[in-house]
Parts: sequence; structure tokens; C-alpha cells
Amino acid sequence: MKQRYVFALALLLTVVGMSIFVYKWRVLGFPLTDDQETPVWTIESAISFDSGPGSIKVNLLIPTLTPGFRKLNENPISRGYGFSLNYGSGGREAQWAVRRADGPQTIYYRISVYEDSQADQADTTPPFPPPPVINEPFKTAVDVLVSDVREQSADAESFTSELLRRMNDPSPDPNLELLLSDVSSESDFVEVATTMLAAARIPARMVHGFPLSGRQRHAQPVTWLEMHDGDRWRYFDPATGEESMPERFLIWWRGNEMLVSVEGGSKVEVDFAIQRNHVDAIAIARTHAGQDSTPLIDFSLYSLPIRTQAVYGVLLMIPIGALVMVLLRNFIGVDAFGTFMPVLIALAFRETKLFWGVILFTLLVALGLSIRFLLERLRLLLVPRLSAVLIVVVLLMLVISLVSHKLGMETGLSVALFPMVIIAMTIERMSVVWEERGPADALRGAFGSLLVAIAAYIAMGLTWLEHLIFTFPELLLVILALVVLAGRYTGYRLLELSRFKALTGE
Amino acid sequence: MLGVAKKLRAAGVLGLNERNADFIMRLNPRRLYPRVDDKAITKDLALQAGMAVPDLYGVIRNQGEVRRFGEIVETHESFVVKPAQGSGGDGILVVTGRSQRKRDSFRLSSGVLISEAEIKHHLSNIVGGQYSLSGNPDKALIEYCVRFDPTFAEVSYQGVPDIRVIVYRGYPAMAMVRLPTRASDGKANLHQGALGAGVCMSIGETLKGVLDNDLVDEHPDTGALISGLLIPQWDFILQSSARGYDVTGLGYLGVDMVIDRQKGPLILEMNARPGLNIQIANCTGLTRRIKRIDEIFAADASPEERVRICRREFPAERQTSLSFE
Repeated sequence: MKQRYVFALALLLTVVGMSIFVYKWRVLGFPLTDDQETPVWTIESAISFDSGPGSIKVNLLIPTLTPGFRKLNENPISRGYGFSLNYGSGGREAQWAVRRADGPQTIYYRISVYEDSQADQADTTPPFPPPPVINEPFKTAVDVLVSDVREQSADAESFTSELLRRMNDPSPDPNLELLLSDVSSESDFVEVATTMLAAARIPARMVHGFPLSGRQRHAQPVTWLEMHDGDRWRYFDPATGEESMPERFLIWWRGNEMLVSVEGGSKVEVDFAIQRNHVDAIAIARTHAGQDSTPLIDFSLYSLPIRTQAVYGVLLMIPIGALVMVLLRNFIGVDAFGTFMPVLIALAFRETKLFWGVILFTLLVALGLSIRFLLERLRLLLVPRLSAVLIVVVLLMLVISLVSHKLGMETGLSVALFPMVIIAMTIERMSVVWEERGPADALRGAFGSLLVAIAAYIAMGLTWLEHLIFTFPELLLVILALVVLAGRYTGYRLLELSRFKALTGE
Repeated sequence: MLGVAKKLRAAGVLGLNERNADFIMRLNPRRLYPRVDDKAITKDLALQAGMAVPDLYGVIRNQGEVRRFGEIVETHESFVVKPAQGSGGDGILVVTGRSQRKRDSFRLSSGVLISEAEIKHHLSNIVGGQYSLSGNPDKALIEYCVRFDPTFAEVSYQGVPDIRVIVYRGYPAMAMVRLPTRASDGKANLHQGALGAGVCMSIGETLKGVLDNDLVDEHPDTGALISGLLIPQWDFILQSSARGYDVTGLGYLGVDMVIDRQKGPLILEMNARPGLNIQIANCTGLTRRIKRIDEIFAADASPEERVRICRREFPAERQTSLSFE
């Protein structure tokens, strides 16, 4: 009767776990392996200003067309502000508004993008720009320069290169010197270039963006020149005239408009921070799933903060360790101290790596055990004695760390990652078994614990398994089903076969 | 490997997983465990049912009472100190006498002299919970030290030999004699190195022994033949064991008894998770006997009735005749 319930429960768990798993895998496109890893860049702009007495309106130009990148998500973060997205002449604009605000204000806009070489610019071909209206004496200088450069170039592309080369010449000709006399910043410089390209009827504009590399706290936008050759947009380095683009260049806004404008506020500052996360294809799968996202995705572990994700990456492997424990205990019949102690030891091995983990663990337990035997002579009561062992363990850890550091072996430092209470309990338990049942039993228990810990460590260290469980936590239901089934296993343990061999009737 | 498992299954050998899942969990409700896990309660229950147990000299319930030790044992030459909630015979001290010269110096069954201070430290450890299953504070019992019957004198190395009977749903299913060896330090627990000998349920005669899972014919220390010894008052032993079920309510029970020279068989303790080595000692699997008991089980049968049935049903197989050759 009970047996049937157990099977039914195990079947139910397996069916539920597997169907969620298959749905997420086949329909939502969650990857089975973690080799499709994509770096995701998060760029955060913080606009801070002092609020004035009246209503406040903040405009921020935000990325519209970003060749080479695809948008994962974006969100404005502000307290009490109304938010809207508009399309202006320079692209998208984020607009925040509030009736009144007190004191210094900070508004955030955050966007996450990932690299995608397929994401090309779906921009339309611009019309030929109207000849710019320029006052004398600049007009003559521009005209002379344009005809000069045109003579030494074959097409729009070489025209641009040549123009930029001349502008960067350390000793420019007098015409250029006149034009560049007012230039005080990189964007002014590029603006002069676009004006001259416009005079040559070549569509061109400024682009501002960030070369994404690593983690930057106060990123400065870089200005680049964009030119249309009648077929597609080309990018030129204003400092050299070469046709190129900075590596991983995320275009934030185009044109010569102000990045940010605040009505009703003063002392406006914009600060950009860039961060690179390693999110695998999961995140991409989430965007693919679209707006009508199912709860399965909303409740995925990937929606947690990255730090918490790391914790769960470890936590979710503990059931695997427990499964190994069940297999070794109930099917093989290995002796071990404590129920989950070996699994906790295995967790510590993750930090120290196996070889040093085993050595340090053995060393610690052996030393602790000998000191425990010394303590035995003092005839201490149970709780004080356990505490004494604990303190000794901490001291031993300290000594091992210091000695190994002096010897230049940094691995010794990782001894501090061992759960010392577990070690102290192991020592105490082992010494009692040692005295009551002899060294053979104690050593067998210790060896068994170590064996289980190593097996659990190996199982818990399988990266494909870790990825699988983290992406599909519902597989834990299947593991639960296995453990429940194992709980009703009434067959012999492997080691019992040799124990009862005399009874086979032979 | 599967072949071995199949043979064991055919021989009706009970494995640990099966014992835990099918018998202990089903027949031994947890709430009844204190009746056997706390030897003070066991003793009370046994006394109420009119069963014979070793006299209790005193109980030490907390650290403050450790001082009373000297007073408790004042009038006794020999005694046994044991934790009320100990498991597997851990923490038991058998004091067989005192030093001739110093009255506060005691002689253990192993012959070692031990001071009163050392015994008090041991009592403190017991009270502090070192030997209790969960590390909870415990009580220490000080009780009569059994002067064992000469039947097993030849096949015991110090300590007290005892008789373990497995009682299934009130029916004694299997029994063995546990004989202390030098390795077991006078203790009668198999995993501590004691020797176990199977017993013919019909007549109470010992069969071959098992030492560390191996069959042996002779006691490793005395060299005496283990098989062929007749256990005195066998019927009384089986009846006391059968009553253990009525007292504790545990359907899968191990009853440990000793035979005292003057007082006859006494119940030492009962166990809710008796080990499986008894099968090796008897060269017989438990499952078949358990199945047979399930067939003949009658809820209203008296202990005498149940013992009569078991003596009829479970004679030793094959082994007895071999030992007579």
C-alpha cells in the first residue's frame, strides 16, 4: 500500500520535473549546455542635479540604433518621476517629469546589450544635406578647402579620409587654422568636419558612444564621425582619418544635440558606468520569449541578482551531493560519520580543490585527534571539551595557513574555508569511536567519510551538471523522486553481500 | 554479484535496508523508543510486569549527584555503571571488586584498577551526554553486577556473556549467545569484538559462533568449543523475551538477557534496532522465520503460547547435527 504511494509520488515528481524541463528546453530554447556564453554589457547613466523650485523635466538621449549590439533590456530608475520615451531628431529620448522635487536628485537609465554581429543598422539612406549656411570669412575657407580636398580624392570615402588627415596635420594650412580656431573639444572638431562634408554634399554626422571593455566607473563618451557613401554608413576615426571603429563601440546618441537637458534644475551632471557580466544564452532566451513571458521565465534563477545567483549555483548542487550520499550509504553500504558531514566537507573541497582539500582535511583531523586525546587526560566535561576541540581546530587552521604562507604555498590558506564546527564534530565523534570501538572502526568511518566526500565533490563539480541544475532547477524534483525511491529500497547493500556470504548455503 | 544477492534472498537473509524500511519503521513507532532507549524506563516497565532485572543501586541524574557515587556503592563490592541512553554498549563500566589496600580504588572486569575520581569523571561524561544517542544530557545507572552462571565460563573472556533474542511481534524468532573476548574488553557486543553463537530455539543449545562476520568453532581466547552448550532455564528466557513485546509494544525487538548464578535469567536491556549478525551466528536468514510468524500470528496468544509455538517451529537447521559429529 505504502509502496504504491511512494511510486505514485516519485512518478508525479518525475513527470512534473521532466515536463517543465522539456518545455523550457524545447519551447523556450533554454540551452542544455553552457558553452553558448555571451558577455552582456550593462551601461548605467546617472543624471544628478539640484532641483529648482518648479516642475522638472529631464531629457536624456538614449541608444537608438546600435550596430553590432542588440538590446537585452533597458530600464529607467527614478523615484516619483513620470517616464516616457519619445523619438526626436537625434533618435530616442528618455523623458522624466515631476511636478516638484526637493534637494539633489539622481535619475538612472540602465541598458543591457549583448554583441550580435547580425544586428546591423537598419537606417534609411539620408538625403543629400543642404549646403550649410556659413558666414564669411569662413565660407571662403570652406569652399577653398572642399575643392582642394576634392581634387585629391576619388570618392566620398577618400574625401573624408583626406579631410580628416588635413585637419589633424600639426601645421595646417591657414584656411583650416581659421576654421579650427574655435575648436575646444573633440565634438567641436568633429562638428567642423561634418560642416565641411555637408558643404561637399556628403551626408555625415557625429556619433557618441562608448568602447566597451571591462568595468568602468566613470566612462567618458567618445566622439566618432559617421559618413554615408550612398550605400551604407561608414565610420571614421576623427583623430587619424582612418576608416575604423573602436572595438566594441556602443553608439549612444548621434548628432550635435546635448546629451541631457534639465528644465527646472541646475548643476546637471551625467555619469556613465559600464559593467560586463557573463550571462550565458539564457538571458537571450528570455528576450526571445518576448513580452508575454511565462512565469517559468519570471521565476527563473537568472532573474535574481548576480551575487545571489552565485550562492544558488553552489546550493543547488547540494542535492546532488546528498544523492551521492544516499547511493553510497544505502546501496553500497559505506560507513561515514554523520549524515551530511561528508557533503559539507565536499563543499569545502570546492574551494580548496580536491588534492589539497584531502591533504588539509586529513592533516587537520589527525592533528585535532591527537590533541583531543591529550585533552582526554584532563577529564573535561562534554561541552567544554567540545569547545576546547573547536578552539584547537581554529588555532590549527591558523598555524597551517601561516606556515604554508611562509613556505610560499598559497593553497594552505584555503584551509580557512573548511567548516570548522564540522571538523570539530568529526574529531570528537572519531575519538569516541576510537576509544569505544577501537582504531579500526574509527579509521574505517573516517575513510568512508572521506570517500563519500570525494565522490560528492566529483559529482558536484561537474560543470555540465551544475549548468543543467541551475538552468533547470525543476530537475531537483527528479532527484527528489530518486531519493524517495531509494528510501524504499529494501534490497541488500553491496557490502552486505560479502558480509552474509557465509549464508548463501555454499 | 546479482547471483549472490539472489542466493541471499533465497536463503531469507534480512538486509539492513529491508530491516529499517519494512520492520523497524513499520513495527516500531518512534514514540515507543524511549521505553527501550532509556534503560531506567525499561527497568521500570520490566519491574511492573514482574520480570526479573538486575537490582538498581542508584541513579545519577545530574552533575551535582555525581558526588553521591561513593555513598551509593558504599555497601557493594561489585557493580555496573551504565548510561541510561547509551547505544551499542558504549560507556558501560563493569566493576568487579575493590582494591585490597585502598577502598576508593576499583577493579574493572578487565583487571585494571581505576580510581574513584576516574569513575566520577566517567559519570560526569555520561551525565553530560557523551554516550547518549543525540548528545543530550543523560542519567547514569549504577546497578547489580551479574555473577554469571558457570555455563559459559569456559567460553567467555572476562565480562558477562549474554543472550540476545529477536522477538518479532511477540514471538521469539531467533537467539544467540554473545560471548566477550579479549578484543571486546569484556563487553558482549558483536561490533566491539565479542563472539556470537547461534542457538537452537527448540532446546536452547548453542551452535557455532561468529566472530567479525566469520564462522568459528572455538573461543579465540579460551580455545573451548562453543557449540553444544545447553542454556539453563531456556523456557523462562524465551518467555521473558516474549513479554518484552507486551511491555514495550515494539514489533521488532532485541531482548538482551544474562543468567545470574543465584537470580537466574535477568533482562539487561532491550533494543529497537537489533543488529543482523544474529543471522550469521545461526547460519539462517530471519525473513523465513518472520514470514512463518506472520502466518501463525494470533493477537491474543499468551507469552507461554507464543514460546511453545516458536520452540516447535524453529529448531536449528543442519548446524546442530554437524556440531555433534
